[in-house]
Amino acid sequence: MTTVALVGGEVTARSRRVRNRFTWGLAAVALCLLVAPLVWLLAGVVDQAVGGWQWSALTEVTTGIGGGLANTIAGTFVLLLGVAIVAGGVGVAFGIYLADVARPGRFTGLLQAASEVLSGVPSIVFGYVGYVALVVGLHWGFSLLPAVLVLSMLVVPYVAKATETSLSRVSTGYREGAEALGMSRTHMLRRVLLKAAAPGILTGLIIALAISVGETAPLLYTAGFSNSYPTTHLLHAPVPYLTYATWTFWNQPGQQVKNLAYDSSVLLVTIVLLLILLARLLARWSQRYAPDTGRGTRRKERGGGAPRRGPTGRGPGGRGPGGGGPGWGGPDGTGGPGVLGPSGSGVGAQGPGAARQAAGSDGAGPGVAATELERPEAAAPPELARLVGAGQ
Amino acid sequence: MHADASSPRDRAPAAASPAPRGNATAAPRHLGAVVADRLLVVASTIGAVVPLGALVAMVVVLLVEAMPAIRYNGWHFLVGSGFDPGNFYGAAVRTGGIVHLAGASYGAWPLILGTLETAGIALVVGVPIAVGAAIFIVEKLPSRLAGIVGLALELLAGIPSVVIGLWGVLTFGPILSRDVFPVLAHLPNVPVLNIFRGYVGNGEGLLSAGLILAIMIIPIVAATTRDLLRQVPETTKEGAEALGMTASETFFTVQARWIRTGVAGAAVLGLGRALGETIAVALVSGSALSAATNIYGTMTTIAATIATQLDSAQGDPTGLFVKTLAEAALVLLAMSLLINVGARYLVRRSARGAALPIGVGL
Repeated sequence: MTTVALVGGEVTARSRRVRNRFTWGLAAVALCLLVAPLVWLLAGVVDQAVGGWQWSALTEVTTGIGGGLANTIAGTFVLLLGVAIVAGGVGVAFGIYLADVARPGRFTGLLQAASEVLSGVPSIVFGYVGYVALVVGLHWGFSLLPAVLVLSMLVVPYVAKATETSLSRVSTGYREGAEALGMSRTHMLRRVLLKAAAPGILTGLIIALAISVGETAPLLYTAGFSNSYPTTHLLHAPVPYLTYATWTFWNQPGQQVKNLAYDSSVLLVTIVLLLILLARLLARWSQRYAPDTGRGTRRKERGGGAPRRGPTGRGPGGRGPGGGGPGWGGPDGTGGPGVLGPSGSGVGAQGPGAARQAAGSDGAGPGVAATELERPEAAAPPELARLVGAGQ
Repeated sequence: MHADASSPRDRAPAAASPAPRGNATAAPRHLGAVVADRLLVVASTIGAVVPLGALVAMVVVLLVEAMPAIRYNGWHFLVGSGFDPGNFYGAAVRTGGIVHLAGASYGAWPLILGTLETAGIALVVGVPIAVGAAIFIVEKLPSRLAGIVGLALELLAGIPSVVIGLWGVLTFGPILSRDVFPVLAHLPNVPVLNIFRGYVGNGEGLLSAGLILAIMIIPIVAATTRDLLRQVPETTKEGAEALGMTASETFFTVQARWIRTGVAGAAVLGLGRALGETIAVALVSGSALSAATNIYGTMTTIAATIATQLDSAQGDPTGLFVKTLAEAALVLLAMSLLINVGARYLVRRSARGAALPIGVGL
């Protein structure tokens, strides 16, 4: 220590030590300030909900002055089903386009930029446009279809990104092997690439659903609300949903209605938590059964040709897993940097993760992978990180 | 793209014999496979064009819808104050070809100001906490604990904004106004600190909304910072330690320089989210249509106003109120797009400058 202290030996060393302690003390306080609101929030909401909990909340429909939440729960799941179909279809198609069909160029860049921009549009703007254009403009009325379309546009970027990332992380050997076997592009995609990328794509879809569950603003003026169960009509039939119950019931007169606001909050948090855990499990599972995806990973490659960028293009991420920081395989790494975190965050986890995988699978070059076509379920660790909810 | 598509097809038949599964395609190209490939290209291209189409449609709808309001409100919309839809019971009047209620006058400056103020508070409070916590998670926390905190971050990011708003308006705000704000209000009357002086209200207002937004952007910034920190090469840190630096000195000389642009980008992304947040702010801000009188005062933001006023806007038979909200949405869209483009530029630039593979994200 004193060797560095050029000015005043002892004193400097002590002040440096004090400054060191002070810095880490501040960081520890910051961590507490991060965790405290979460604990306080969860405890507060759960406490209120448990205090006034009645099981009838799960079996009765809303009445406006009481009742239960059964219709809103059903409506929420109907909306989720719709989002899974629409956002899943469009997002996966978009991801396939980016990873396998498109060539890098101005048009592809434009499509990607549009997707990025879309993920940054405030959700109330989606809701307003849905109301003006679909509900009023096309005379669809408050109903399922406008609600699902609006929600889907909100989350399509996440599904697309997850699909593209998972597909482009499928080992090059798989592609080369499939091409060498003379598979058509569709066949290769269906039998090899999509199978290998499935966990990543599914994780992206689950995250999209987790975001959709919690949205209120885009639904207020597209789904409407009703006190009865959702119908099978796509148009002209309002759909009840959970977030609406919290949004409107909290300041209604009557304790029973207020309790419902808390009940729906707890249900929402539970559903989101389950979806996040499911996504993490899926990520961990795909990690465990995919030992050889680190080598030959093609991240930016487009078109069916040879990799444009080898692993060397990866930068310092390949150098090592970083000071004790767990890679994808660690207890934290599997979840990736914040399932619902910011878009930028995904980026971070990639490097160490790839490095770790590369280290763990030195033997599995493209040649080996080609012979392993028998078990193409090996998949890239899904890029949870980039799915972060910038658009929420 | 079609030339590309045909390359594997052309050299297919010769190499096909050992196909373990691909029997159907081992034979010379079937018409079915060709059609399927074409279909794949068409279907995936359609899927790829949808987001662009949605974005363009959205902007066009907003512009068309807002045009009468833009012409009627003029510059007053950006600088003026007060949302007055006019006399609902009087006859509609026509000014410059636009039908409106007598006395209608819309000024969104309080909303724009409120949006910037809440987002500013969120950044000032949230970013230091997020960065500090991320540093501690990466440098000091055992990996198992870091995993648990990582899950907590995800959960915090995933909690629906309406739930955070409910907690904010019924628990967080009232407790702040009872226990914390009175203390802040007695801070010494010196510059900077004197913004906390004044009537503290009931917990619904600017500071509560800003703090709620801070809670909502913390997971975004913290997760990004954490991931950036984990990418700092071990060798550079070892070098600093070999020179005898303390852990904090190592951090400020090595890690901080690696991550600073990326953290700035993450902060701007958080800002984008704070600007667009609707429901939590609508619940906690007190839903005034005027600017806050002091830091505890009730106020509103653009997003919250659209959500809370669209209902009553439908009562305007001339439709100008709804169209004015379209103009507000346009302003909000422009703000958040600028912010997002800026954030991505920052993150990308840091990717180039620091040679970190960041910024390729969504």
